[in-house]
Amino acid sequence: MKRKQLESLLEDVDRFSNPKISLEQYPTDPHLAANVLYTIQSGYGDIEGRSIVELGAGCGILSIGCVMLGAEHVTALELDCDAIEDLTENLTEFEIENVDVVQCDITSPSPSFREHSFDTAIMNPPFGTKNNEGIDMEFLDRALSLCRGAVYSFHKTTTRDYITRRMEGKGYHVAVLAEMKFSIPQMYKMHRQREVLVAVDFIRVSRDPT
Amino acid sequence: MKLLTHNMMKSHCKGVVNGFPLKLSSTQVELKEVEFNADFITRMLERLEWGALVDAAGQLGVADGLPEMAPSSGKEEEDEEDVLRKIHHVLLEVEITEGELECPETGRKFPIKNGIPDMRLNEDE
Repeated sequence: MKRKQLESLLEDVDRFSNPKISLEQYPTDPHLAANVLYTIQSGYGDIEGRSIVELGAGCGILSIGCVMLGAEHVTALELDCDAIEDLTENLTEFEIENVDVVQCDITSPSPSFREHSFDTAIMNPPFGTKNNEGIDMEFLDRALSLCRGAVYSFHKTTTRDYITRRMEGKGYHVAVLAEMKFSIPQMYKMHRQREVLVAVDFIRVSRDPT
Repeated sequence: MKLLTHNMMKSHCKGVVNGFPLKLSSTQVELKEVEFNADFITRMLERLEWGALVDAAGQLGVADGLPEMAPSSGKEEEDEEDVLRKIHHVLLEVEITEGELECPETGRKFPIKNGIPDMRLNEDE
């Protein structure tokens, strides 16, 4: 499947019907989703034929994209009931059968899964801007415990050095695959501007040197 | 929820020593056809807890034809593809739509609704 094809299909994924500011819920842009998923597959082969876990799946655009790129099975973890409804509707509309949704809290002290059950972890985690500082690292740690391969994630560029030091200290390798600006639209009344631009890294954390 | 997923899940209740496997009681199951990928099933074999899979499949009445011991990779067997297809069916084609998962130590129940297990715990759990 070509990247443009994937992007065009992902444009039909419905967004949050009832987004919650405290969970930092905003949809991942289809153009961005297509680009990163394409990179993961064409650069590293980490989607096709693999078992994937998505942490904080929201409406499911990344999970759905993985299925389109040939993932064998995807497990989508999500806490919020409304998001799960949106996600389920999207899976039905796209007639997807190989995604399992599990409702759970990524930040719970111990996970609901055996260690290293999945091949690849993919996520667009909350950044910790809403009285939930440190949540981005919790997501990263949990992702590494759940999968045996690489973790692909988004983190604020301002946290790049900290993440790199911390991960390398544990024996992992960190590669910044892309730098971008996230445009977070005025979905919430508190945003005074129409859009907020945040500098973000798309990173790959792996156990082997790339 | 597929049996592949059930085989990876465990209880995360506070103080639990071994929360695997979660007891499965199912009220509704659907069969769905999923494309067979021999490589994927072969790769998954070594990370499955075989006993738990056979038990869960037995409870759902789909264990017919499942070998008692996990097939060992590398051994060329005559009916290897048949066995892999049977395992594929059990792992990926049996969808638990309604039911309950239960922590083997605390008895805490986690409902499965519309195929989705709800693993949320209260603060004190």
